[in-house]
Amino acid sequence: MRARPRRGPKQNSRIVSYLTHHLQMFIASLGYLSRQPFSTLMTSAVIAIALALPAGLYIALDNASHLSAGWDGTTQISLFLKDNVSIEQTEKLAEKLRLDIEIEKVSIIDRDQGLKQFQQVSGFGDAIKFLDENPLPHVITVQPIVDQNRPDQVIHLVDALQEEALVELAQLDMQWVKRLYTLLEVAQRGVWIIGSLLGLAVLLIVGNTIRLDIQNRREAIEVSKLIGASDAFIRRPFLYTGMWYGISGGLLAWLLIAVSLGIMEDPVQKLAALYYSSYELSGLGSSDIVILIVISCILGLGGSWMAVGRHLSDIEPS
Amino acid sequence: MIRFDNISKRYPGGFEALSRVTFHLPRGKLAYLTGHSGAGKSTLLKLIALIERPSRGQIFLDGINLNNMNSKRIPQIRRNIGIIFQNHHLLYDRPVFDNVAMPLMIQGYRHREIGKRVRAALDQVGLLNKEKAQPITLSGGEQQRVGIARAIVHKPALLLADEPTGNLDPELSREIMELFARFNQFGTTVLIASHDIDLIRQMKFPMISLSQGTIESNELIDTGRLGLAV
Repeated sequence: MRARPRRGPKQNSRIVSYLTHHLQMFIASLGYLSRQPFSTLMTSAVIAIALALPAGLYIALDNASHLSAGWDGTTQISLFLKDNVSIEQTEKLAEKLRLDIEIEKVSIIDRDQGLKQFQQVSGFGDAIKFLDENPLPHVITVQPIVDQNRPDQVIHLVDALQEEALVELAQLDMQWVKRLYTLLEVAQRGVWIIGSLLGLAVLLIVGNTIRLDIQNRREAIEVSKLIGASDAFIRRPFLYTGMWYGISGGLLAWLLIAVSLGIMEDPVQKLAALYYSSYELSGLGSSDIVILIVISCILGLGGSWMAVGRHLSDIEPS
Repeated sequence: MIRFDNISKRYPGGFEALSRVTFHLPRGKLAYLTGHSGAGKSTLLKLIALIERPSRGQIFLDGINLNNMNSKRIPQIRRNIGIIFQNHHLLYDRPVFDNVAMPLMIQGYRHREIGKRVRAALDQVGLLNKEKAQPITLSGGEQQRVGIARAIVHKPALLLADEPTGNLDPELSREIMELFARFNQFGTTVLIASHDIDLIRQMKFPMISLSQGTIESNELIDTGRLGLAV
């Protein structure tokens, strides 16, 4: 009855008994779950699906941005020069452009060369023979240095080149790169939203499962309270149970993603082969896996925390 | 040990279970609480164990005013009380040993010490050979004794029993009552609520009789000396 009870020599010190109980509950809650494998698996599977969806979308986006990054090397700006520009002026301009730090490579297609190429690839070869003079201007092609994180830099370069006095038209051949980046950005936001919603779903799933656990173990909770268990002591096994739900859900989600990628790998390679590319799907990296498990662990813990905070105080011995 | 000072307990809905109850149970004493069902015996015990709170008056437990007790400190108080229920409140999902060990686990006793104390407690109630049994396989009397072992395993200063012999035949009842008398000899303060007047009279311990929420008679001698400390 003493307000501040002394701890006898037969009792562990406060910190040791605290850690001991944590360790016991860490293992005991795992044992509790393994004794009802079917319902544990069901709950974990629901969590896994909820996690695998955003994680899978994340991977899809990651792959898509790799794909576009692979094509950035061929981003090319064509400068169609004004009709009256001579080949000497063209060469001078090309020299000047080569000094620009934003430009990797500059080459000249003079108007005769251009006509030949046009004849070969356009299929209008015969028609062009009837022309009195070559209608094409000299062209300078510029390959910019592309910073993958800043696709808009290229646009600025195009604008700058357009300002050159000799240039009639500066045209970015890969306008779509910017569009793709923007699209990916939109998709990324989408994945964040879906991810947040499904994360919330995991929180609620775990919370509800723990709520049922609390109801099932009502008797044990009442008795524990009667013999002097603190709230933290009673809370602990449920929190660990929630954490295990989260971790097993996360592991299962990883498995789901790995299997899905395995299924898709073959057709993706076939598709890549059709584009003469050896593109390979990249899966979850080890740090991604750690992040996935940590997030699912936190969600499990959070869900059980919600349930425990809400429902344990309802149970009082009577 | 227990001092009730003008305690009234009114439940929501207006039913007054206890009204103006005053008594003092000194440390180391054993007393019976009797009365018909509905007289307020259970309510009185619940007030001591902080399961219920009084509507009026003050309760002192070992000199501590329970009215000032915030819910964070309730576990500390309960750890020094052993409580025995009529329906023994055993957990059927674990064997006898684990049931009895619960108070020690909660208080962070060492593993070896838990084993020693649980066996000692089971020995005292005559169930040493049943430690691995599942409670559901035991008879009513045996289950009640497991409940008693759980209540005494951590050597509480105070033992509260609510109709501990309610479902038992006279011979078993007497055995249980003698068990409580033995704990009392070792210095534990004991308060037993029971309506079994015949059995209680044989035991020769002081009796507090409740009737409709008030004290009808009180055989504890120092009732008059309420001002004194424990």
